[in-house]
Amino acid sequence: MDIIFDVLRTAIAPSTAAFALAAIGLNFHFGLTGLLNMGQAGFMLLGMYGFAISIQQGWPIWIAVIVGLIAAAIFAVLLGWPTLKLRGDYLAIVTIAAAEMVRFLGRSQSLKDLTGASSGIRGSDYKAPFEELSPFPDSIVTLGPFSMHGSRSSSWWLTTVTWVLVLLCAGLFWRLANSPWGRVLKGIREDEDAVRSLGKNVYSYKMQALIIGGVIGALGGITWALGNSVQPDSMGRPTTFWLWTLLLLGGAATVFGPLLGSILFWSSLTLVKSLASAFIPSDVLAPTELEPFSLVLVGVTLMLLVVFRPQGVLGNKKELAF
Amino acid sequence: MADTAFASVPHEAGSKKPDPILIADGVTRRFGGLTAVNVDHFEVQRNTITALIGPNGAGKSTFFNLLTGFDSAQEGEGQFNGRPLRGMAPAKVARAGMVRTFQLTKALSRMTVIENMRLGAQEQPGENLLRAFAPPLWKAREREITEQAHDLLHRFKLYEKRDDYAGSLSGGQRKLLEMARALMSKPTMVMLDEPMAGVNPALTESLLDHIVELKEDGMTVLFVEHDMHMVRRISDWVVVMAEGKIIAEGPAGTVMSNPAVQDAYLGAHHDTDLSELSELSLEDDA
Repeated sequence: MDIIFDVLRTAIAPSTAAFALAAIGLNFHFGLTGLLNMGQAGFMLLGMYGFAISIQQGWPIWIAVIVGLIAAAIFAVLLGWPTLKLRGDYLAIVTIAAAEMVRFLGRSQSLKDLTGASSGIRGSDYKAPFEELSPFPDSIVTLGPFSMHGSRSSSWWLTTVTWVLVLLCAGLFWRLANSPWGRVLKGIREDEDAVRSLGKNVYSYKMQALIIGGVIGALGGITWALGNSVQPDSMGRPTTFWLWTLLLLGGAATVFGPLLGSILFWSSLTLVKSLASAFIPSDVLAPTELEPFSLVLVGVTLMLLVVFRPQGVLGNKKELAF
Repeated sequence: MADTAFASVPHEAGSKKPDPILIADGVTRRFGGLTAVNVDHFEVQRNTITALIGPNGAGKSTFFNLLTGFDSAQEGEGQFNGRPLRGMAPAKVARAGMVRTFQLTKALSRMTVIENMRLGAQEQPGENLLRAFAPPLWKAREREITEQAHDLLHRFKLYEKRDDYAGSLSGGQRKLLEMARALMSKPTMVMLDEPMAGVNPALTESLLDHIVELKEDGMTVLFVEHDMHMVRRISDWVVVMAEGKIIAEGPAGTVMSNPAVQDAYLGAHHDTDLSELSELSLEDDA
């Protein structure tokens, strides 16, 4: 029973929602437009820094959120400006490098006063304004098998806010993907030149998609930071690859694919970890090896998924299989 | 089916037309050391069907790309419907009323036929990001577009396929879809890059009829083609390119008997008797 509750707790955790948000952003890039953004973690990290640093400056929370989102939008413009006129793989190379640059810039000692260098920014330095807004009690609240703090850190308050944001962004995706605007993006995903020959400004549409997806990614970063801390190394390349994995797992170009993907991905990770720690004796598999072991198993499952169901759980094979 | 518009036009390369819709002047495109296109003067008469022919590697497709903005020339000026073409982006060329199709068909495979068609339409306010949020602003236009798309799909016999993914269509049907999609923008000039390539003979006739209909509807057609049967059947005027230059112009009947054209297609010694050649080589051997 405990294992099931562990899995369920992971499924509704704010971090799971934060990843779902970032994956919705990636869905705008890849699912709709076919842009290969390999640096979504960089957008998340910029959102986190923008938010946390603004709060530390004493600015109100809504300004801090906007700063985080604008930082991501500027990042998108800077990345897209030289690369969106080129073939898709160039964007992939540039984004993966740029995301690493953001991470290294965050780690660098020269910015220690702002970013806290490699040790990052402690959660207690920026979480207070958000937690003060909480309508929930300032204590542990138990709801059935779920027990979380009402307002602090990974709380009921944060859980509510993040999942509401996920639903809002999924709604945004649905609205835009089913509009003439989304149709142009899908056309670009299929063949840029064809869309150009029909009189659409392809460059401008790609830029809009890159910005929207990046800004939603930054929103994911901000919500993730509210449940954890701002730590540059937690937003490295693996984060981007996880995002890709869970997007493809759930089904790219679908409204609920990123949501389902994030829930499935993190729950199965917890499931494998709990099962392994319960049934494999510790002299065969040391507790420290559980995490890598579960990642390996999840990786194998994903390979099977790609082989046998390339469109993901919710995806339409005719529309998008990778 | 020579057009009366060409009555006074001399049958020579680069001749002036009474009412040109498209004009190109001194267009040069070099790829490194290779001059792919070097056209002194070129005009397309309004509301006619003009064929652009020539042997492989003559620069027809490159010239096509230059005219539609998909490639840019090192030198030269162009004019479409009185507007200068130089430096104009392909999307702007299309919006100005000159749409093209591609030699290798670009059906958007993972979109349905009807979505392909709708994408071809212009002036859909919902294609703007902010207006996309408010369906009342674009639903009416969407209905108009859909109606127009249905009409065209009926005409091109694709109506039954409207909800299928374009990727499931046959090669010929994709050609038809691409042409129909181009017509969604209500263009004044249609540029067809090898419309017959890969189309099965059963479909050829209907495709030819469609092209003739375009002219009847008031559009101007310029097409690149290898199939001489098609060129003879439907074109009012034929322009021949070889080695990047325009070498001859005229109605289909006369242009093919032009010795320069025969040389370009068959080589300069095509009418030399083979037995004479072998006698010559025998003499050389002896």
